[in-house]
Amino acid sequence: MIIEFQNVSKVLGGKVVLDRLDLGIEKGETFVIVGPSGVGKSVTLKHMVRLLTPDRGRVMVGGACVSEARGAALARIRSRFGYLFQGGALLAWLNVFENVALPLREKTEMTEDQIRQRVFETLRLVGLENDAEKYPSDISGGMRKRAGLARAIVHNPEIVLYDEPTSGLDPVTSRTIDALIDNLRRSLGVTSVVVTHDLHSALAIGTRIAMLHGGRIVELATPEDFVKSTVPEVAAFLESQYISRRGPWERKEQ
Amino acid sequence: MITREPENFAPPVNKFGEIGRELLMFCREVGRAVLLLVQALWAVRHIVRRRARAEIVLQMFTAGIRSLGVITIVAVFTGMILALQTGIELRRFNQEVHIGTAVMVSMLREMGPFMTGLILAACVGSAMAAQLGTMTISEEIAALEIMSIDPVRFLVMPRLVAMMVMTPVLSFYTCIMGVLGGGLVGATQLGVSWTAYIENATRFAENKDLYVGLLKALLFGMIITTVACHEGFATTHGAVGVGMATRRSVITSFLLMLIVGYFVTRLFYV
Repeated sequence: MIIEFQNVSKVLGGKVVLDRLDLGIEKGETFVIVGPSGVGKSVTLKHMVRLLTPDRGRVMVGGACVSEARGAALARIRSRFGYLFQGGALLAWLNVFENVALPLREKTEMTEDQIRQRVFETLRLVGLENDAEKYPSDISGGMRKRAGLARAIVHNPEIVLYDEPTSGLDPVTSRTIDALIDNLRRSLGVTSVVVTHDLHSALAIGTRIAMLHGGRIVELATPEDFVKSTVPEVAAFLESQYISRRGPWERKEQ
Repeated sequence: MITREPENFAPPVNKFGEIGRELLMFCREVGRAVLLLVQALWAVRHIVRRRARAEIVLQMFTAGIRSLGVITIVAVFTGMILALQTGIELRRFNQEVHIGTAVMVSMLREMGPFMTGLILAACVGSAMAAQLGTMTISEEIAALEIMSIDPVRFLVMPRLVAMMVMTPVLSFYTCIMGVLGGGLVGATQLGVSWTAYIENATRFAENKDLYVGLLKALLFGMIITTVACHEGFATTHGAVGVGMATRRSVITSFLLMLIVGYFVTRLFYV
């Protein structure tokens, strides 16, 4: 297991968001966490990089306890991650190129030429190589998200966490992002954890899908088994997105 | 970690419990602000990095050059008011020639650093709190932390260094402009020649007045930056929270500058 939740509980605003959650994520898989809004999907993700600390239990990353890590140890664990925030979280006073170059400039000894080459390689991957000079305020939400993705993967992290990578995007851009996430797993063996309520995206990219409800995982299955699940919460979620349990569902390779 | 986790508190059992909690929260926030200042001062060792130096120069430009217009106007009029008020009183004793001393000493000891501090808290401190508050709300601070980029080194240290340099410089500039404003009133409305005014102004002012004023300005620069950055990082509740952080930053800076200013005066002059 590269990421492991051991009996993790978290209360926020008086509400139990995670309730003795046990979860294991294998190296190299694309693990998708689905569920309706407010069930704790993003909270789960934030525990992995210690933006949140469990009230009880612990979160392990590659054998190290991230929930108790501090200072240099925490920085070491975090350097294994890339994180795509819902809104991109780009620094407003830096242009797209400078935003993507930021982790390389701050945390590596690469020369400016090497940085430039690496940044443009990554921007080409997300289709933003012609928008490198634009500022976050001058680009669309989808482009901001793609720039955020470029920044998350530019330093070749082992694990990439995606918080709602396709929310607010048009279907074509959403599928482009899906293809990119899938490609990272296939070509580079990157472990991805994706939080989404877009089941179409989850079924397309996930190697395993977990449904979070009431602070616990109510279903954990491969996409093929997930659509056949008889768990009522899953059934309702599938129906809400017009995905039939009875009809044939086939995974299309990206 | 700069990014704060939401906190869960059980409702207080009675009024005393509520007051006690508020007191503890206040003490904790003071502790966090002091710790932020210490961390930022410790981060000054990274000043050798080219990018850090570039950011400091940018912040110095923002704090200094962009505030120069308003500081000039405020300084000149402060000197003019001081000269006019003291001149009217001194004229009753035919001693209006001494307005130079009054203006010079007041500007160097108190008005120069304090007026500079007020303007910088309102113009620069509020902008810092708003910028960092917006960054906190939009998860940019969290993004920096995940990239293992220390927000204190990356954001607070350049601002602190810039303000520690620019506040004394601007305070000195305020003093000069204030004295010139006082001289203008003396020459045009009180019948005091420029020569007599400058001679009086320089005769009684001591080097100590200048040093203490500059020390106050340095402390005010540190207060403004620490308060603004602390409030920015503590921002919650979206755009409303950013507005509240900005407001709190200006008010707290004003109050702290008054209190610290008093104690510095007491330390050096009593």
